[in-house]
Amino acid sequence: MTLPWSAQLIHLSAALLLLLSFAMLAQRRVRSLVNLFAAQGATLVVSTVIVAWSSGQHHLYYSAAMTLVLKVFLLPAILHRLIRRLEVQWDTETLVNIPTVLLIGLLVVIFSFGLAQPISQFADTVTRSTLGIAIAVVLLAFLMMITRRKAVSQVVGFLAMENGLFFAATSATYGMPMVVELGIALDVLVGVFILGIFFFQIREQFESLDLHHLETLKED
Amino acid sequence: MNAITVLTQLLSVLIGVALAPLFLGWVNQCRAWLSNRTAPSLLQPYRTIRKLLHKDAVIAEGASPLFRAVPYLLFGAMATAAAIVPSLSTALPFGKSADAIALVGLFATARVFIALAAMDIGTAFGTLGARREMMIGFLAEPALLMVVFTASLIVGSTELPVMAETLAGRAVAIYPSLAFAAVAFVMVLLAENARIPIDNPTTHLELTMIHEAMVLEYSARHLALIEWASALKLFNYACIGFALFLPWGLAPASAGAEGLLLAFGLLLLKLVVAGAGLALMETLSAKLRIFRAPEFLAMAFLLAVLGLLVRLLLRS
Repeated sequence: MTLPWSAQLIHLSAALLLLLSFAMLAQRRVRSLVNLFAAQGATLVVSTVIVAWSSGQHHLYYSAAMTLVLKVFLLPAILHRLIRRLEVQWDTETLVNIPTVLLIGLLVVIFSFGLAQPISQFADTVTRSTLGIAIAVVLLAFLMMITRRKAVSQVVGFLAMENGLFFAATSATYGMPMVVELGIALDVLVGVFILGIFFFQIREQFESLDLHHLETLKED
Repeated sequence: MNAITVLTQLLSVLIGVALAPLFLGWVNQCRAWLSNRTAPSLLQPYRTIRKLLHKDAVIAEGASPLFRAVPYLLFGAMATAAAIVPSLSTALPFGKSADAIALVGLFATARVFIALAAMDIGTAFGTLGARREMMIGFLAEPALLMVVFTASLIVGSTELPVMAETLAGRAVAIYPSLAFAAVAFVMVLLAENARIPIDNPTTHLELTMIHEAMVLEYSARHLALIEWASALKLFNYACIGFALFLPWGLAPASAGAEGLLLAFGLLLLKLVVAGAGLALMETLSAKLRIFRAPEFLAMAFLLAVLGLLVRLLLRS
């Protein structure tokens, strides 16, 4: 029942992606959060290259290269710069304490594995069993956006969600068409630029990046 | 079960009991080197035990018979554990009667008794240490069980010798679930053996003590047995780790004397590497606040469960 080496390596990198998602969920410091995001991107690149090599899908090499440039170098660099300019590198408070978040995350993983089991049987890729992990990565990033209070960590959660989506596409159907991928990459890049401008606006308005200030509609 | 396997069984328990202080000495030596101190001798734990055995025991006023009995119980539990854990050979007739779950139960029994003994004399530090120990214990135990379950899901057995044999005999393959389980196991090992991120074994600050606070009232031969039992516990944990994650080099049931000798050499090699690694980990990390310990152990539990889940998902 031993799988070929490429499938084993893909499984290993899928497991690493899941592990990194949990590490991001447990991380208190924004700077380490961005580094973990970069590491997740790097793992994604490795797994995409292995999928491309083992399935002979050449367009996946291009998307791996794009991921490398965008998610490992460019976006973390922009985020680090933003953090430095905004001076928000200290610990962030989570809404729920971290062990509870981790246990909720565990339930999310069980849910998404159960969800993926019937779906992945219809796929015919070598990587179909990693679909559950991809869904789990998306939902965990979503959980991180819900439980964080500061704007920067929510943006990192948003980007991690995009990582999960990308991985889901690779594992279920060997990637999306190139046009769609280019579009998403551009969206993410522009999104981060706009959100960066938003950060400055939010801070100017409320003198903090804590998003609960945005919950009330008018000044008392 | 023939005479040879009984002999192997006896030999592995004896080697465990004899080597455990040496392993502790090696870890201490590595830690001293890494923090730029002059290292104590490799045989220092043996000397401490001998010194303590020569002293007269002082027992606290009002201590019940339980207080006197616990060191023997503790040492007995750890020696029994050494009989179940395959350290040299997988031919352990004792291993058939108690599987890994019973082993976790054995560790739990030892923990309950030492906590009871610490509360028995009614000093503040003893009670404090006992409470902390129980808190760490109840968080670490499910994580350890999950690690065992992850490995036994792959093998299809909960007997440690069988698990080690099957894992060693498999074709070389990457098991992501075993990698998760290994990280979780190392975290449990650090917590259960009073090592640095959770507890500092060499601390002199009573307020931060966990394990040391419980044994403050013991002296002489009782303390010697407790120290020896702690060393044996560390040795047992190391051997569980080897059996699950580095199962190569254990002598099979058919091996003769030279097979056992080879297994012994490999065991020493693994212990040297593991001890250095343990010392490195302890030197690189800072002691956590006691309220951060649940977070550390929740992470260990989570990793172990993730290993289990990943195994279930990726099997197809």
